[in-house]
Amino acid sequence: MDVLTQNFSLYGEGFWGTVKLTVYSSLLALGVGVVMAGFRVAPVRALRVVGTAWVTVLRNTPLTLLFFAMLLGLPRFGVALPFELFAVLALGCYTSAFICEAVRSGINTVPVGQGEAARSLGMTFGQTLGAVVLPQAFRSVIAPIGSTLIALTKNSAIAGSFSVVELLSTYKTLSENGYSVIWSFVWIAVGYLILTLTISALFHAMERRWGVAR
Amino acid sequence: MRTPAPHPPHRVVAVLGRALAAALLLGTAACGAAGSPPARGPQPGKLPHYAVDTSFSLPSSPTWKSARERGKLIVGVKEDQPGMGEKNPATGTFTGFDVEIAKMMAASLGFAPGRQIEYKAIASANRETALQNGQIDYYVGTYTINEGRKKLVGFAGPYYIAGQRLLVRKDEKRLRGPQDMAGRKICSAVGSTPLQRIQSDYPRAEAVAYDSYAICVDNLLNNQVDAVTTDDTILLGYAAKDPGALKVVGKAFSKEPYGIGVPRQDRALARALDEAITAREKDGDWKRAYQVTLGLSGRPAPKPPRVDPALTR
Repeated sequence: MDVLTQNFSLYGEGFWGTVKLTVYSSLLALGVGVVMAGFRVAPVRALRVVGTAWVTVLRNTPLTLLFFAMLLGLPRFGVALPFELFAVLALGCYTSAFICEAVRSGINTVPVGQGEAARSLGMTFGQTLGAVVLPQAFRSVIAPIGSTLIALTKNSAIAGSFSVVELLSTYKTLSENGYSVIWSFVWIAVGYLILTLTISALFHAMERRWGVAR
Repeated sequence: MRTPAPHPPHRVVAVLGRALAAALLLGTAACGAAGSPPARGPQPGKLPHYAVDTSFSLPSSPTWKSARERGKLIVGVKEDQPGMGEKNPATGTFTGFDVEIAKMMAASLGFAPGRQIEYKAIASANRETALQNGQIDYYVGTYTINEGRKKLVGFAGPYYIAGQRLLVRKDEKRLRGPQDMAGRKICSAVGSTPLQRIQSDYPRAEAVAYDSYAICVDNLLNNQVDAVTTDDTILLGYAAKDPGALKVVGKAFSKEPYGIGVPRQDRALARALDEAITAREKDGDWKRAYQVTLGLSGRPAPKPPRVDPALTR
């Protein structure tokens, strides 16, 4: 308990850093993920290729490698951005590949007749996807997207090694200052639990409200 | 939806692949230019040999007794600090000043440095745990003696006094110390004491923190940061590896007495190590070890510190 009370501001800063990373990266991942899922089912071949390449590259690359590529590679080409932005980009793009696949699997649960009906009414591809297919797809992908965002929360710990303030790296400061590693970790775990259980509860409520009962 | 034609996607993938390969090549070319000059550092053939005290016996130390029964010492070291403790990933051998100290200590305790030491790379955060759990017999790895650690482990020494300084690019003229760092980027390891000191004492400097000093040094060479700061021993190690591009500047602005970490209750071992340090400082082994490791940076050997008997009382 002493570890927490004596270092409350350090833990607070770390917790807040992880919250920010999670929220911004989640928004980026959800946005890009849904767009990429749209690309993957688009009637235009070039868009399908972009969507497939995006998912193939990002889903099959270790996240740490992505961080290294962004933080050490990009500056060599003259791109220098704040560390937090690099971290949000790396985390958001990486997770967007998983969101994309979850959304695409949701799209596949929507009966073909729905899309055909929309098109026979004269709806464009955008209208079909936005007004008919995605709203139905969304209902079946709430649980997998929740899991993906929980994974994102925990993955954000990697950013701590790249000059971003986040929860896990507080243990390094605490250990250096002579605190017991075990108790430092216990409070860090509690911090992550608060975040992940909040996400779980949120998605559970969404599922109760909108999920498909089969 | 139309059925996709068989070829075009492949062509796009091929073009993407070529672009990626070109980018990678450019990246490695940049590395070759600035990041990785020919490796320099301690040369295995030139390392001194230490006389083994074969008649040594210390039955009052439980650590020494179990090491004798085992037939070898298990020594904790660092693996990522050139000049102090660095592991060669190809051969698996450890080199550096701390490693030399570990070897001469083993020789004084009656173990042959070549055959009877098993090195274990232990990161800073795990040092106390490793000593408390008996995973290692003693630890030599830029281990600053301080009050918090004295409650957890025992110390012999100090065997070297380091201080926090700055590592800058060779062509840097203006940076002489942390007071010149206002608005400039300064890099150190996440959570480390040197980083905390910069953040609290020099808040106008822009602190950057990575997991390892190697990334800091890479950033320094690529102009992403303006200085790297930590104990001068570690900085001298990097400067010795790349003397054409890096230099250590300014006066030390902290005092870091390095000790050998031992299990807390094993006072007998700490006292034996204290005696060994004093003897090795007197007979010149300490200086020889410095010259083949940290001395490669061009900085002459300082006067070795006196061991602190209060630590083992």
